[in-house]
Amino acid sequence: MNMNLTLKIWRQKNASDKGKMVDYKVTDISPDMSFLEMLDVLNEQLINKDEEPVAFDHDCREGICGMCSLYINGEAHGPDRAVTTCQLHMRMFKDGDTITIEPFRATAFPVVKDLIVDRSSFDRIQHAGGFISVNTSGNTIDANTIPINKHDADTAFEAATCIGCGACVASCKNSSAMLFVGAKVSQFALLPQGKVEATDRVLNMVKQMDEEGFGNCTNTGACEVECPKGISLENIARMNSEYLKASLKG
Amino acid sequence: MSGILNSSIGRKFAMALSALFLMIFLLQHFAINLLSVFSPDAFNDVSHFMGTFWAIQYLLQPVLIFGVIFHFVMGFVLEIKNRKARTISYAKNNGAANSSWMSRNMIYSGLAILAFICLHFYDFWLPEINTKYIQGDMSGLLANGEFRYFEELQHKFVDIWRVALYCIAFIFLALHLLHGFNSAFQSVGANNKYTKGLKGFGKAYAIIIPLGFVFIALFHHFNH
Repeated sequence: MNMNLTLKIWRQKNASDKGKMVDYKVTDISPDMSFLEMLDVLNEQLINKDEEPVAFDHDCREGICGMCSLYINGEAHGPDRAVTTCQLHMRMFKDGDTITIEPFRATAFPVVKDLIVDRSSFDRIQHAGGFISVNTSGNTIDANTIPINKHDADTAFEAATCIGCGACVASCKNSSAMLFVGAKVSQFALLPQGKVEATDRVLNMVKQMDEEGFGNCTNTGACEVECPKGISLENIARMNSEYLKASLKG
Repeated sequence: MSGILNSSIGRKFAMALSALFLMIFLLQHFAINLLSVFSPDAFNDVSHFMGTFWAIQYLLQPVLIFGVIFHFVMGFVLEIKNRKARTISYAKNNGAANSSWMSRNMIYSGLAILAFICLHFYDFWLPEINTKYIQGDMSGLLANGEFRYFEELQHKFVDIWRVALYCIAFIFLALHLLHGFNSAFQSVGANNKYTKGLKGFGKAYAIIIPLGFVFIALFHHFNH
């Protein structure tokens, strides 16, 4: 059965605008629609009425790019588990529901417009060390020539599935980015190619994370629950231990 | 190594170490208090030893006081920094969907414990310091020649309101430990094959120790 819904949406003209919650009604929403398709319907309505459509981030709409965000009814990516907002379906809601939609809130994620936030702080953390240096002069050795035990390979792969959407920061009561940084540190620290620069990597990435103004992790575990890719808290523990080892060395 | 305490992970590590130290202290405090239930004489002997042995008084006691102050001050510093990391709150936030009440309210359970420590210092520590180091009486004896420690303990727990306050504080202690015990291990980087067992042990510790303190307070109230 199609649904009629009330939406409470954060509207903010630009980064310096104060912003406020605004109520909208949408009708005849199919439960098979994705959440973003429902917002597309709302925007069509607004455009037809010569009103400014709601700005929100999206790209692949397949749950792999990490562009969509949104804090829906008090949870990052909404009430479903292990999905991004684009993979959240309207069947999770009921006819007559009121849905509150807000941008991801963090000092390090300033609002650009409406529901769009600037997550370039994550990019700067990646630039600080989230990579390996490889000689690409033509003599590059194939990574598969180095044997890696399966457990480490699997754990590194799981860490590497982080799409950097920022749900961990949005869900954390402290706006901590440690699940994201922990995943990025772990995916390299577990592999031989990553171990070479492990010390500098963790020190530089944590330094950048702190400079960006993210909060301190207090191990509530909210990030792990809300992460659309199920990134584990083990990654934070690994980063903590990598950081302490690196601090003692360097 | 330089600047480790200025980093978020360094502060987390320091917070966890002070917590682990305080949890070990709590265990020995509980063990000594439990003696008062089974053997007043043994309780008196151990209390006198703890209160007069130089290494405990002049080395371990200052370390303990530093540990307590450090844990509270760092807790407040982290709370202030964390609040700055989100200056605009959500209009709707469903914290219960992804985390425990204990983990989200460590600052409040911590404040309740701080208030309790102030009361506890007023009740026991300050009179002890007064007797020993201001009046200069290191004998630990009453006028009748018996040790004073068990007598003082029983006397304090006559007042039902004090017993009630102590019991409420122990409930907050349990709530604080239910998150804090395992959080400390996660902060020092220990999340491995032993974590599941450690979580069970942490829950048992967080419930048994405060419950034991409640039992001791009630025991002395009803057996005076």
